[in-house]
Amino acid sequence: MSDLPEPSEAATDMRRSLVKRLWFVLPVLVFVVIAVVLAVTLGRQSNEHARDLPSALVDKPLPAFNLPPVEGYEAGLSDADIKAAGVSLLNVFASWCGPCRVEHPIWMDYAKQPDAVPLFGLNYKDQPENASSWLKKLGDPYRKIGADLNGRVGIDFGVYGVPETFIIDKTGRIVFKHVGVMTRKDLDETILPLIARLKG
Amino acid sequence: MNWRAALIAAFLIALPVTSWAAVDRPLEDATLEARALKLNQEIRCLVCQGQSVADSNADLAYDLRQLVRERVAAGDSDAVVLDYLHARYGDFVLLEPPVKPATYALWFGPPVLLVIGGVAVLLFHRHNRKRNAATPTPLNEAERRALDVLLKDDGP
Repeated sequence: MSDLPEPSEAATDMRRSLVKRLWFVLPVLVFVVIAVVLAVTLGRQSNEHARDLPSALVDKPLPAFNLPPVEGYEAGLSDADIKAAGVSLLNVFASWCGPCRVEHPIWMDYAKQPDAVPLFGLNYKDQPENASSWLKKLGDPYRKIGADLNGRVGIDFGVYGVPETFIIDKTGRIVFKHVGVMTRKDLDETILPLIARLKG
Repeated sequence: MNWRAALIAAFLIALPVTSWAAVDRPLEDATLEARALKLNQEIRCLVCQGQSVADSNADLAYDLRQLVRERVAAGDSDAVVLDYLHARYGDFVLLEPPVKPATYALWFGPPVLLVIGGVAVLLFHRHNRKRNAATPTPLNEAERRALDVLLKDDGP
């Protein structure tokens, strides 16, 4: 009897060992797939909008509210004011919020545009005197501002990080929420086209 | 100004801010406060995101804790309080997400994987047992004698 197996036997052996090897490779493949998925999601996490959460208020009507004015102002802000204004923007801001200062020039600039929709302000948990001096010093781009001193209206709007900006349609429904600094790019590429669509 | 001085300055600037931070006002009724605490442990802090509102020091977490206390004191049931927050902040505010098609993978993924893994282990074992069960050809006379010699040699 020869030591070498018959040729056909060698072939089946080889096939069997190949299958066996595949079984060893499979977990590695699974691992690689999982690792790639995790790496990609991790990479996405590190971008600036990672903390953005889907808003529960999108597609819902404005919550009812009636806020007093910021110190030194005559009128406050209510949901009726916003509903009466048609398509509009509501910007949640505070003098203590650094990013709000960063986006402030964008709003000053926007409010000057001839085709700008009304911009309303929700002054979130501010010290009354700080809010009014902030607006005096940097300018006031808002049509009307409500002072949400204890942050309850903010909670009704699902606010969790100032600044936040809401787009409201003609029927008084919230259609979009932007969390964080409003950049030129965000305004030009997302906000303004959406407003144009809502107006049209 | 060197960095040490800057650090001390930063600390001194931060000091009054921490002393302004709002302090929790627990409810006087211990059972209501216990309920509020339990609810607060089920609510995610939206600022820090990995923590419950009960554990977080964020300003918003404080506001939400106080809000939950108010609603519990006003006689709202646990479900009503959670619904109130869910309507404003969505699924994310609940540390235990609701079971719905979008969260099926979250809820049923691990058990399904466990079952798949269990079946794989079972199949592997059965396969192995079958292979081991194949009885080897018995030793012939010569081999047995050789083995006996070897085993005897092994003794002390």
